[in-house]
Amino acid sequence: MPTVGDILEGKGICICAGSGGVGKTTTSAAIATGMAAQGLKVCVLTIDPAKRLADSLGLRELGNEAERVDPALFERHGIEMKGELWAMMLDAKATFDELVARQAPDEEARDRVLGNRIYQQISSALAGSQEYMAMEKLFELHTEGRFDLLVLDTPPTRNALDFLDAPRRLMQFIEGRSLRVFMRPTGLAAKVAGRGASVALSVFKRIVGFDLLADLAEFFNAFSGMVDGFQARAKRVNSLLADRRTCFLVICGPQGEPVEEAVYFHRKLVEAKLPFGGVIVNKVHYPAEKLRGDGEDLKASLAEKLGEDDLAERVFGNFADYQALAERDAKNIEHLARELRTKGVIRVPYLDEDVHDLAGLAEINRYLFASAEQREAIAAGRA
Amino acid sequence: MVFVTGKGGVGKTTVAVALGLRAAAEGKRTIVCEVAAQENASRIFEHAEVGFHEVEMAENLWSISIDPDESMREYVLLQLKVRAMRDLLFRSRIFSYLAAATPGLKELVTIGKIWELAQLDRKVKSGRKYDLVIVDAPATGHGIGFLQTPRTFAAIARVGPIHSQAKQLDRLITDQEHTGVAIVALPEEMPVNESAALEHDLRTDVGVAVDRVYMNGLYPERFSSQEAEKLAKLAGGGDGAPRAAARAALSEYNRARSQRAQLARLRRRVEAPVKTLPFLFEPELGPEAAAQLAKRLG
Repeated sequence: MPTVGDILEGKGICICAGSGGVGKTTTSAAIATGMAAQGLKVCVLTIDPAKRLADSLGLRELGNEAERVDPALFERHGIEMKGELWAMMLDAKATFDELVARQAPDEEARDRVLGNRIYQQISSALAGSQEYMAMEKLFELHTEGRFDLLVLDTPPTRNALDFLDAPRRLMQFIEGRSLRVFMRPTGLAAKVAGRGASVALSVFKRIVGFDLLADLAEFFNAFSGMVDGFQARAKRVNSLLADRRTCFLVICGPQGEPVEEAVYFHRKLVEAKLPFGGVIVNKVHYPAEKLRGDGEDLKASLAEKLGEDDLAERVFGNFADYQALAERDAKNIEHLARELRTKGVIRVPYLDEDVHDLAGLAEINRYLFASAEQREAIAAGRA
Repeated sequence: MVFVTGKGGVGKTTVAVALGLRAAAEGKRTIVCEVAAQENASRIFEHAEVGFHEVEMAENLWSISIDPDESMREYVLLQLKVRAMRDLLFRSRIFSYLAAATPGLKELVTIGKIWELAQLDRKVKSGRKYDLVIVDAPATGHGIGFLQTPRTFAAIARVGPIHSQAKQLDRLITDQEHTGVAIVALPEEMPVNESAALEHDLRTDVGVAVDRVYMNGLYPERFSSQEAEKLAKLAGGGDGAPRAAARAALSEYNRARSQRAQLARLRRRVEAPVKTLPFLFEPELGPEAAAQLAKRLG
């Protein structure tokens, strides 16, 4: 069974994907830390404005530029840092602005786009722009070649699939091919498109108000000179994602729902011919010894050892609860492994202490970077 | 009306359903709305997908999954009385393209549908009124954007019916007397931080009333500190099942304790009253679990 280190051997990009609340940010930080500790120059990118990554790396703030994490911080937690760890928080709007500036044929065209209200909406608020810009920044950093490995913590989406789909949808919008044709209702295009389309357009105008439509028209006009540049770039980003040196890791939790999400996401990756690297299940309850019989023996033994019937009863009840969760997790993970046709499900146990700082990351890394046997041993010792 | 929001994976749907069960038990005709065509509420009831239909899940408790495309369609039906024009519009590719291309329109029509559900005099034919509408809203970040959509939209579309309708929706959301937000948190460092930040943003940026923060998944305090000392001895020495059982008990003790510290942090950092909900040692959360939580909501 491979470790995260084995999976990422020779990779240049690692994309951590999964639905919200499964510990993606923590896992991304832990992976980046572990790979940097082994001697690589690693940069971890997040887009999450909740500052989770900064928090877990002990940084006060992260900006749109990569920042090196002080190696002394790791030594304090017993991590020997052979390489370098860098981190950055993507500012989607700033990245989009930079991209426009780069693609614009001249300053006037640039300013027209940057000043357009539809653009401002899209670049800061529209679903998809964060995902698109994450890919964009990833591509930029990769092209610069400053780092051995880039680890991307994908934006939190309710549905993991949004992350793959959003950039494509946004690109379609920017292209606005079919729309641009209808933007000039008096032109030849409108005549070709026929009466139906122009009625539809006028009804739409009536519903949303004229201003919005004028803004949209202005947006596509301003963007028209850049569409080709954007398309070419999007193509290169896509081929980077499908590259064999790129690796998608699916992160999930052990409950039924996140596991189903992971199965679904894996299927979409395969369909899109994107390189799936492995799956990490966080917060797993490991089973202890199986309860034999009705447990009366255990109850009696606990009562004798603890000298209190009432306490023994509660310890026994609690043990049964823990075992039930462990069995559920084992069953769900088995299902996951079967669906993904992999034996290499990496499990990280549910630690008693909440993981939110470097000490926690160090603890998690013991599991991510340990061999299967080591992992079992650690788990058995603490189950 | 109640919007339930919070960080991803904290149990928003479970809390929304529990709130719904509680209101239903009090005799209120209640509906739980899923947005973006999610089906999490129906899954808790082990019910088939409800789709864009109001379906009764339990006595007095209904559920709907709001699909933005369906909402858009319904909206157009209500706006345009001329049948030929509607047919033309629905058949037209340009219309669906424009609808998809307009930033925020999906969220706007979703909130529009929520508004429609909350009307005493329903617009939809044969629609009956609800006493309470509960929305299982998108997670943090997206949640704020979602609630702000009407205002943003009113600013973009300066004229036309959408402008006035968007303003009306914004008034509904910020009507502190009839509309409230419930935040769901977990007893861990980052969810607590995020809940505090979320409450702040909701109050100041969106201008909604945050009525309550639910601390979900709180472990019970099963063992005292003296008992933990005894258990530590057994967990350190001994062997086999008793040792494993003692370890599980110690783990429960440690979690319950660190969670109490997080609960205290949450109480210090948010303004709204905090209500706790217990962690349920249930393999999967089904209707019974939701009913159990509903009893604890009080």
